[in-house]
Amino acid sequence: MSGPATGPNVGIVARADGIVKDFGGEKPALGGVDILVASGKVTGLVGPDGAGKTTLIRILAGLMTPKQGTVDILGAAPAQRLDSIGYMPQRFGLYEDLTVRENLVLYAELRGLSKDAQEPVFKRLLEFTDLARFQRRPAGKLSGGMKQKLGLACALVSTPPLLLLDEPGVGVDPISRRELWAMVAELTREGIGVLWSTAYLDEAELCDSVYLLSEGELLFSGPPADLTGAIADRVISVTGFADRRRLALTRALDRDDVIDGTLQGRAIRLLIGAGHPVPDAAALDLGPETKVAPAPARFEDGFIEKLGGGPDGTSVLAASYREIPPSDAPAIEARALTRRFGEFVAARDVSFTVPRGQTFGLLGPNGAGKSTTFKMLCGLLTPTSGSGSVAGFDLRHSAAQARGALGYMAQKFSLYGDLSVGQNLDFFAGAYDLSGSDAREAIERVTEIFELGTHFRRNAGTLPLGFKQRLALACAVMHQPSVLFLDEPTSGVDPVMRREFWTHINGLVRRGVTVLVTTHFMDEAEYCDQVTLIYRSQQIASGPPDALKARAGELTGAADPTMEDAFIALIEASDADREEAEAA
Amino acid sequence: MSDEALPIEAAQPQGTPIRRLLALMAKEYAQIRRDPSTFVIAFAMPMLLLFLFGYAVSLDPRATKIALVVQDESAEAARLTQAYARSPYFHVRVLRSVQPARDLMMKDEIRGFIVLPPDFGVAMARGRPRPIQVVTDGTQPNQATFISSYAEGVRANWAMSEMEARGLRNIGPPIDVSQRVWFNPGLQSRFFLVPGSIAIVMTMIGTLLTALVVAREWERGTMEALMATPMRMTEFIASKVLPYFLLGLASMALCTLIAVVMFGLPFRGSILALLLIASAFLLPALGLGLFISATTKNQFVASQMALFASFLPTFLLSGFIFEIASMPWPIQALTYAVPARYLIPALQTVFMAGDVWAIILPNVGIMLLFGFFFFFLCFRATRRSLDA
Repeated sequence: MSGPATGPNVGIVARADGIVKDFGGEKPALGGVDILVASGKVTGLVGPDGAGKTTLIRILAGLMTPKQGTVDILGAAPAQRLDSIGYMPQRFGLYEDLTVRENLVLYAELRGLSKDAQEPVFKRLLEFTDLARFQRRPAGKLSGGMKQKLGLACALVSTPPLLLLDEPGVGVDPISRRELWAMVAELTREGIGVLWSTAYLDEAELCDSVYLLSEGELLFSGPPADLTGAIADRVISVTGFADRRRLALTRALDRDDVIDGTLQGRAIRLLIGAGHPVPDAAALDLGPETKVAPAPARFEDGFIEKLGGGPDGTSVLAASYREIPPSDAPAIEARALTRRFGEFVAARDVSFTVPRGQTFGLLGPNGAGKSTTFKMLCGLLTPTSGSGSVAGFDLRHSAAQARGALGYMAQKFSLYGDLSVGQNLDFFAGAYDLSGSDAREAIERVTEIFELGTHFRRNAGTLPLGFKQRLALACAVMHQPSVLFLDEPTSGVDPVMRREFWTHINGLVRRGVTVLVTTHFMDEAEYCDQVTLIYRSQQIASGPPDALKARAGELTGAADPTMEDAFIALIEASDADREEAEAA
Repeated sequence: MSDEALPIEAAQPQGTPIRRLLALMAKEYAQIRRDPSTFVIAFAMPMLLLFLFGYAVSLDPRATKIALVVQDESAEAARLTQAYARSPYFHVRVLRSVQPARDLMMKDEIRGFIVLPPDFGVAMARGRPRPIQVVTDGTQPNQATFISSYAEGVRANWAMSEMEARGLRNIGPPIDVSQRVWFNPGLQSRFFLVPGSIAIVMTMIGTLLTALVVAREWERGTMEALMATPMRMTEFIASKVLPYFLLGLASMALCTLIAVVMFGLPFRGSILALLLIASAFLLPALGLGLFISATTKNQFVASQMALFASFLPTFLLSGFIFEIASMPWPIQALTYAVPARYLIPALQTVFMAGDVWAIILPNVGIMLLFGFFFFFLCFRATRRSLDA
């Protein structure tokens, strides 16, 4: 490899052909995948959880051996090229009881960086990651975003030609994610070839080229614009139906020419199937005020099309659900909820009201106090001060009744993995006080709605991700509660499953069910009627998603900001206010 | 994209094994220093064990509470009563009838009682001694046996002196057995319990602690990051073996110091022999710990395995507390597979007898063989791969 490389391999740092990896499941984890990583570019490896991203990255890093296929890192097998590979595993690989500097020193020594070279490299990396102030702090005491940056710094100590990043953006707030992207962009200017794996489809649009992976198969590879370009004139934004947006979405999705649709504040966004003419307002027939405008295509739209389109708009779950009687009393109310853990205030003066039949979103970076607020409202954590009520039950006096009136779907998968689907349903029927024929009917109903019948005797832990998701929702709604609590309900699942999930939720809301949801998917916030943004234990902004976006537009001057832009602008404004107050 | 792509070359290897090993060991040292649980296992627990075995647990007989039911007023009965009262092994309450003695037994205040019948003195005077009755609490079989044999011992001594007093010397035992116990003249159990605790401590550090720290690297994902660097697996293993080997020796030295200074244990051998024995034992202990963690990769399972594969056998099958010679033969056969079985005699020798190489060397040799075996298993199980 001396002298400038020529020929077809110019600038290719990693190449894998026909990679097959099998862990003994129904489908191989990777079923013949090809990938190229070019120097000076960010290559995206995009796909939902369980798509095979981590397996492919580990094969490229020489940590796993493929069953078939070849891997070539700069002309040799990965095991011969360990000096050329920087790798940041999903869990960063940091020693929590070592300080920031000690972690850097360890990786620098392991990679044989000469003592003279170390100081300038550390200085540059610490500046680059803005960690210089925290050099003496143990890595375990850093925030999630800071750990991510340190993990990146450790992978970069010797400026390797190939940098493998396994989901560096997961669980990190949008601000840290944006900073991480800026850093990686800088690295590519030095000629490093970066492979960035992610489950966030909006990140795909930032990559130079993208490999879209689903269930071990490549659905697409190429520049992201190729995917969005193919559907560019088939995405429309429809407005003008005031409060009937959920009904409008349902009706639009039930049309044959609409293959996907989402709520976007007061608008709905539709993807029209290939070969169908783009319908105008009259064709959509959603009311006299309806306006149709073209909308920019997103990577997610392309993914959905590749997966064969999203589900129809009518939820079978909602159709068989009881009608929650109208009432003027708020379904969920938080009044100055505060929770302290010793000196630390995890949530301060959180107040909001959710009327019956609405969706309310709690947004915020990890560790901001979302979960604390959520747990206080579920009656799982006693507030230090303040009060609240759920479905008319006061949390202070009747937390148990309040819990009985709500359905709860916990973050990640919190069912019993070693019990079968049927046993899980049995257990949750009992836990929600359903017995005898009521329990039997409820189980039969949700089994049919969520098509769990074929998996009824299978252990829940071995289900495909989409079925786990369905089972978790089935367990939460079996007793037809009037209030639903959803904690990060769709993290890591593919967009079609997310659509299906939100179709059910939207259907239930139209039946009068009230939904409280925490999420860090900013586009999911668009499904909410109201959101509140929690940052550093306090509410820094509340209102309908459109209102928050409008405020962000005023703050930054940007036209048509996304929910993520709004989130970042509002947090930066809050930081600026706080610094001003501290300076005064 | 190739028009603007930069030509790029593979990075040249720069590090050396020694540098990487030193870096890994520096990391290990920082972790040991900051993790309070390491200190608890390496220094606090050995102290606790030593004090426990040195002071609290003793297998030596001590004064046992019994009652003596004396139903006879004769001088002979009075002299036997005195003989029991003087015995250092008994704490005697004298009663006049059986019923209160029975009550005391029920209330668990005494472990047994001895009955001297009403015609005890008369029968004795006639030269036809009456048997005395010894009642013991069978719920504590060891103590029951102890009481009946010591009660008989006291009675036999007393009978002898009675005969002597009457000039019937010729009835005495024809052979006088003069006992002398070598190496541990007081037969104090702490003298052999302390070397045993050293074995336990070195097992904890060598196997349990090592298994935990390696499993922790797998659990926290740092193993994955290390394996993606030019580090070789041998360097990784060495970086775990050396620090914990030194920690094990340090802890052993602390135990020895306490044993000699505080418990007055003799130390008749040489420090060199002690070092040799301890090192030879740490080899299989560390090898087993590394092997366990390389196969389980999970701290909880590793600690359970370490407990079953090393701690319990060391405790039960090494001859530390339970004498191997009195075990049933299948269990005795099993003890040969426990490395600590070879450590205990060697340690006891170096403490109590001196540098008896004829005992020390074979034991050291066998421990080294175990060590090579476990390290062989460990190297086979440790691969630079995340494939299960």
